[in-house]
Amino acid sequence: MTDISKSKYRNFDSDRSKYPVMENGKPVIDLDSHRFTKIWQGPQHPGVTGNMSVELIVSGDEIVDAKTHVGYLHRSFEKLMERRKYIQCFPIVCRICVPEPDTNEYCVSAAMEDLAGITVPEKAQWLRTLNLEMSRVGSFLMWLGGQANSLGMGAIGQWTIGMRDFWLDLFEEMTGGRVYHMYMIPGGVRKDLPDGFKGRARKLIIRTRRLLQDVENTFFYNTIIKSRLHDLGIITPDMVDEYGIVGPNARASGKGYDIRINNPYVKYDELDLKMITSTGSDAFARAEVRYRELHQSLDLISQILDRIPEEGNIQAKLPNVLHWKIPAGQTYVKAESTRGEHGFYMVSDGSEYPRRVFARGASYTHAITLLETLAVNISISDLAALMVSLHTCPPEIER
Amino acid sequence: MDQLFNRISRMIKLEGSTKQRDDLYFITVRKEQLELLLSHLKNYEGFTHLAFLQAVDYIENNEFQLTYMLYNYDNRVNLGIKVFIDRDKSEMTSIHKLWPHAWQYQRELHELFGIDFPGSPRVHESFVLEGWEEIPPMRRDFDTKAYTERTFYPRPGRFTKDPKEYMKEKLYGNFAESPEIRKNND
Amino acid sequence: MDKKDIDEIEHQMKLANEGLPENERDLFADARPSKVESQNRYFERFRNWARSRSLWMLAFGTGCGATEIRPLMTSRYDMFRYGIAPRPTPRQASVFIVGGYASIKTIKRIVRSYEQMQGPKYVIALGSCTINGGMYYDSYNTIKRLDYYIPVDVYITGCMPRPEALIAGFNRLKEKIRAGECEGMNKYAENFDWYKNNQKQIIKDWNMPDYNW
Repeated sequence: MTDISKSKYRNFDSDRSKYPVMENGKPVIDLDSHRFTKIWQGPQHPGVTGNMSVELIVSGDEIVDAKTHVGYLHRSFEKLMERRKYIQCFPIVCRICVPEPDTNEYCVSAAMEDLAGITVPEKAQWLRTLNLEMSRVGSFLMWLGGQANSLGMGAIGQWTIGMRDFWLDLFEEMTGGRVYHMYMIPGGVRKDLPDGFKGRARKLIIRTRRLLQDVENTFFYNTIIKSRLHDLGIITPDMVDEYGIVGPNARASGKGYDIRINNPYVKYDELDLKMITSTGSDAFARAEVRYRELHQSLDLISQILDRIPEEGNIQAKLPNVLHWKIPAGQTYVKAESTRGEHGFYMVSDGSEYPRRVFARGASYTHAITLLETLAVNISISDLAALMVSLHTCPPEIER
Repeated sequence: MDQLFNRISRMIKLEGSTKQRDDLYFITVRKEQLELLLSHLKNYEGFTHLAFLQAVDYIENNEFQLTYMLYNYDNRVNLGIKVFIDRDKSEMTSIHKLWPHAWQYQRELHELFGIDFPGSPRVHESFVLEGWEEIPPMRRDFDTKAYTERTFYPRPGRFTKDPKEYMKEKLYGNFAESPEIRKNND
Repeated sequence: MDKKDIDEIEHQMKLANEGLPENERDLFADARPSKVESQNRYFERFRNWARSRSLWMLAFGTGCGATEIRPLMTSRYDMFRYGIAPRPTPRQASVFIVGGYASIKTIKRIVRSYEQMQGPKYVIALGSCTINGGMYYDSYNTIKRLDYYIPVDVYITGCMPRPEALIAGFNRLKEKIRAGECEGMNKYAENFDWYKNNQKQIIKDWNMPDYNW
């Protein structure tokens, strides 16, 4: 374990006469002594990402102990999927992660194809890549709004979520639904692109880039944001394996792990993408990494739009899906969502119902173990910024 | 990967191994040798990332199967390790000394399956359920639909239709049954 | 009526806060909610007109439905021009939007927030999960009918409803308020025992007062 409170901005060791007594580096907490207060930054709170709560023990303004409570969104997807046939799982599985539902659909389809031995045709793979990249753009735009809002700057949220609405319009043209798409099914995708889609998408990319120039000038060249996010929640490289950190949180501390480059899936091996890392490893570096990944996603979308073939099959032939029996086996499929490694572990046993499906959300370890470790020694007003900077998404923790 | 399996099988007995994809392998070991295998894989072979630890309920064989999924950053290979434990007296050694974040998975398995991990920190805390008084819900003998109808009040008016019966009714509802169809149905 | 009858009636009216520990019971209220009737009919119509014009909603994203509430605040749909603003605390809010499904842990917090709101208060139920359970109809952790636990005024169907559908729902709520049909608070006070019984049947660890005022 590393010493986190090393920076000069967050060093509370200077005058500790009013603060708790330290013993072996940990404070001695005695709730009856009236020097500590227990506060819940609970589910009904504008400063939490989604519906989770953090139970804090506070001394003055400094957090001394933190404990995360999840479970407000537990719908037991895994039990429900054991009662549904394979094709009936798809309406449910999008709802596991609310801001970015396409990664779940892709993982479940790929797991079924892996177990049943179906190959996906060429055009369907390009369409799947386009869908995944568009959902990453939408999720990053929402994250930017959330990060600025947690520090008090509401204007950026209005801009980016307003722009995200136009991307949702594009989704509606492509798949039929704004938020939950149910577009990817085993064997391919459901529908082809409508006419004129490519022109509209390219125009929207230009508009988004213009807006992002404004966001960059307001957010990243801002003294207040820089000083508030500087040295907040430092993740050192040896913490990455101990805590199972994935995604931009790990990449901003120097450890390069991107599933699209390491184990490429749909058509990412034919596109031109580089790993984006940084060495700052504090909240500002994570914001920079995510912002550059947003630009990279826009770039990838324009590459994909140039290379989608005009003709081709969009779906492989499946047997009668109402009575589809997949042979027994186990598999694990991963995809890179905006938070990190999002994987599905599926076990089948030769009947019409899946045996066991497990969704490994990327923020499983970020929101519980990592947040409880990093929340110590910061002030209450920075806790919301820290939570958004780790990009915790509660639905995928408790499914 | 075959060299890796050779090296491992000199130390412990591999019960089985399958290759699912180019980058995904599954091996089966016995539960007493698991900790030795995991510490060897983590410290010497480079499998430093624990993706998850989960359980599958095989109620017909009266056992649970635990799956540990590891990942190697250098040669980019996923390795799934399967361990079978008894279903009635279900407990397993805890691996929180190797990976500190493993206590979360162990807490979840304790609450949802009833598998005990003696020695693991914070394993008896509640994860997602509050005030739960029945058997651990993810076990296959817990019937979730019956529990729902007992506890909550569903709104009346929901019904299911078998697709075959519905189409037969819709297409042939007006025709009298011909002798051939009656003969086939008998 | 002599004093013994009055004492007995008052004793029956008090709530037994059994969920709380003994030494904290006198810190919390133990009176039931009471019905509020207005005296003047014309003044009440004016008040309803004013209430329908400034509905402040509670910012509690309980489920999936919270994703489509945030775009409402942007300039494309713009709910601020209708007088709807999000408030962080239940004491300042008058509309509670229950977005989607509610798990057992969440329904405990929903009941607590709803009882802390000051009347007159309205509830909008979003999505088909509040009507009959939606797609989680066989899940052991979600509730199937929201109006058995808190009184609901308007249902908005969809999964999820578009922001335009949400604005249409708000307009319907405003018509109902102006017509004087939204008596959720009084309905809760009259049938308090029935609602409380339903809530206590599923919320097993009740460590809060019976009426969270």
